[in-house]
Amino acid sequence: MQIGTAKHSYQADEALLTTRPQRVWMALFAASLCIAPFVLDNYWLYLACLVAINVASATGLNILTGYTGLVSLGQAAFMAVGAYTVGWMQLNLGTPFLLNLVAGGIIAAAVGIVVGIPSLRVKGLYLAIATIAASFILHFIFVNWQSVTNGNSGLTLTPASFFGTPLTEYQQLYFVFVPITALMVLGAANLFRTRVGRAFIAIRDRDISAEVLGISLLRYKLMSFAISSFYAGVAGGMWAYFFRVVTPESFPFVYSIFFLAAIIVGGMGTILGGILGAVFMTLVPELLRFGIDWLTPVLPNAAAMLSPVRTIVFGLLIVGFLIFEPKGLAEIVQRSRRYFHLWPFKK
Amino acid sequence: MSDLLFFFEVTLAGLGSGALLSLTALAFVLIYKATRVINLAVGELLMLGGYLFFAFAAGLGLPAWAAIPLAIAGGGLVGAVVERGLIRPMLGESPIAVFMVTIGLGSILVGLVELVWGTDPRALPAFMGNAPIFIGEAYVSRKIAIAFAVAAVVIAVFLVLFRYWRGGVALRATATDQAAAYSCGINVPGVFSLAWVIGCGTAAGAGVLLGSIGGISPSMGVFGLSALVVVIVGGLDSVAGALVGGLVIGLIEAWAGTYLGGEYKLVTTFGLLLVALMIRPYGLFGTTEIERL
Amino acid sequence: MTAPGETGAAHLEVEGLSLSFGGLKALRGVSFSVEPGSITALIGPNGAGKTSMFNCISGFYKPQQGSVRFDGRDVTRMHPPERAALGFARTFQNIALFRGMTVLDNIKLGRHAHMKTGLLQALAYWGPAQREEMELRAEIERRIIDFLEIDHIRNMPVASLSYGLQKRVELARALAMRPRILLLDEPVAGMNREETEDMARFILDVKEEWGTTILMVEHDMGMVMDISDHVVVLNFGEVIARGLPHEVQADPHVTEAYLGSGDPAALMARLKGEAGPADGGSAAANRKTREDVA
Repeated sequence: MQIGTAKHSYQADEALLTTRPQRVWMALFAASLCIAPFVLDNYWLYLACLVAINVASATGLNILTGYTGLVSLGQAAFMAVGAYTVGWMQLNLGTPFLLNLVAGGIIAAAVGIVVGIPSLRVKGLYLAIATIAASFILHFIFVNWQSVTNGNSGLTLTPASFFGTPLTEYQQLYFVFVPITALMVLGAANLFRTRVGRAFIAIRDRDISAEVLGISLLRYKLMSFAISSFYAGVAGGMWAYFFRVVTPESFPFVYSIFFLAAIIVGGMGTILGGILGAVFMTLVPELLRFGIDWLTPVLPNAAAMLSPVRTIVFGLLIVGFLIFEPKGLAEIVQRSRRYFHLWPFKK
Repeated sequence: MSDLLFFFEVTLAGLGSGALLSLTALAFVLIYKATRVINLAVGELLMLGGYLFFAFAAGLGLPAWAAIPLAIAGGGLVGAVVERGLIRPMLGESPIAVFMVTIGLGSILVGLVELVWGTDPRALPAFMGNAPIFIGEAYVSRKIAIAFAVAAVVIAVFLVLFRYWRGGVALRATATDQAAAYSCGINVPGVFSLAWVIGCGTAAGAGVLLGSIGGISPSMGVFGLSALVVVIVGGLDSVAGALVGGLVIGLIEAWAGTYLGGEYKLVTTFGLLLVALMIRPYGLFGTTEIERL
Repeated sequence: MTAPGETGAAHLEVEGLSLSFGGLKALRGVSFSVEPGSITALIGPNGAGKTSMFNCISGFYKPQQGSVRFDGRDVTRMHPPERAALGFARTFQNIALFRGMTVLDNIKLGRHAHMKTGLLQALAYWGPAQREEMELRAEIERRIIDFLEIDHIRNMPVASLSYGLQKRVELARALAMRPRILLLDEPVAGMNREETEDMARFILDVKEEWGTTILMVEHDMGMVMDISDHVVVLNFGEVIARGLPHEVQADPHVTEAYLGSGDPAALMARLKGEAGPADGGSAAANRKTREDVA
């Protein structure tokens, strides 16, 4: 609790970062993002790129599920749409890399709108199940639309080129992906300072009253699907440039569950939550790998255990957070902030 | 003529797998009816049932008549533990949160099974014999025929229990109005546990049947998704819906798989699901939820 | 055609409105008119069809027959969001605030239909989008938050507020909708005397300062008689009386609707025939009215 605020304008009151410590932390964070590529080794840069991709997609899902209350288990399928679009354009049109990413986002958004149509009729679990159905149908299309997707063998991409430089090193990709993701996250944060974001939250909290207050459910539910899958599409496009092979199995159903788990673990309906969740869920499997490596001298069979243990921990994280910390990591951060606000004066 | 015979055989096989779908769907319906939870881990419980049978029959060398009840009981036990440990703390939370808990549970079960038995598919010890059965001239695999018969008997027993047994009536009462059931002296938490035990036991039993037809693997839980389609099409809270829906989906999958190709099976099922959701969001036999301002 | 965003009091006419749910006839040929700039109260025993009427006016229910006209324009088939853009604003019987938002955001939400920011502008939050938000904030602070005396709670989550304050925030949100007709569904239900008086004062102030037409459903007869210009009484989905508050109060049909005729034979016949509409709650409300007036 602060004793007072000295703000002179509504603009200052409605800024994204309202207090000085927040701005300091953000500056530090931005600075470390800039320094990171020069100090991290290749493996950690690889992870950083993967985290950037996952943060972009999780933030998109958070807009749809966390803020609009429409549960989707199709985020990975939308990413796949973006990835295939990017791959196809690069192989067949040779268009520039940024244009491809935007096109990937737009095509994914268009697919997202179609998949979102059932949301006008059903909600909650039924909608989640409809998105499961949609992602299996999309998978079928990826396998069978040979002329575009090259079936099960998939598309193999040449490296993205940025002003003539091919982006092959993780360090180079980092410099492209991280700013894109940062822009997308900023966009999402901005959204909730305007009428569009308020409409989303209103639909989540009470959709029928929202309609009487002037919010068209048709328009805003589909809009939420569109943005969310746009984010997924761009993330999928980055994914395609990152791994440079796109097959129907690149974006399995469990990857959709991964994103839903990420926003649950991070905290639904907060921008910070989407970021924290994606970072956390991407890094935990890697930490497990270190743990298993460390166990190998003791347990000779440890390497074979890695995959099952990851699966178990993945499930445990979902269940554990839902039961013990339903508001996710973002709430833990808030709590520790409050604690330090009062720190030496209150136990 | 032989075309017609072939069609007949495909149809019979479809009815057979449809009966298994119905049985698995029943696990969804039981749990949903009593607790309003869609348990997405039903598929994984089914898989667990298959592996438990494998452990008892192949690992410990028990005869089938002992291994099958043990596998079912094992599934039921897991159901009881899950209900007490994971579901009850979530009472009053949003249905989506509970749904996600069951997804997490599914992941845990898959991981555990992979940890214990590895990821390779395995065959279950044969206990049904192999001699084919003929209906008229049409050939039916013996296993599928037995699975059909077992599923039919189990579903019939359930229908009777629901109607006449005290526990069944308590379950229906709880499904209709929890508070009212409470005030009539029905042990609602007990009903919750009961539904989870029976539901998970049923899934495990279905897993034994399914595994003995097609073998077991940690990914066989996908079958649960088809069963989920069945309950959405039939109505989440309707036993009759599970029965009819299972047979319909089984037939359609069999026809699509045979005449269009195996890869069309799942896509047809899910296409059907989307159509069903758009036309009748609460299923053919389900109860419509009314919204109020 | 009336352009959205036009201000001033609107004239609302309801003509021959019928609504049924299956066999249940909630409204049967209801007609009344709400004069521009007036406060009209819609009263009647529980189950008389008042809230159904409100839902038809705000577009949530589609009546089978009849029409709703807004300044002479037929809006019967219009979707709720379009009506909101025309200037229909309402509050709800069971508070319908958005629990995940602060008071300020809830109020801002009311302006939704009159704002222009599109998706891309919102993502960039730059130029017109930011300007629009700042203008809205300034206007809400000046005209609504000060007016309704809720400046101390503007940044609080609505879920933490008392019932009376939540009702007030709902009114604030309705005012942010640039109402040309304000539909208040039981604005003082469940409030204590002090809160009721505050709310009555706010409603009168809205009428005088904003010049908005007001239609309200209310059970608190004291307040209805005090502040309304015109009263319409519904029973069993039909208008049984209308007129100035004291005329309605003296109407024997109204007393009968609330209390029954006082004739035991008629009461028995009604109990056997159809479910009695008047319950203890409304009878008590009516008794209170008499005391208040006396």
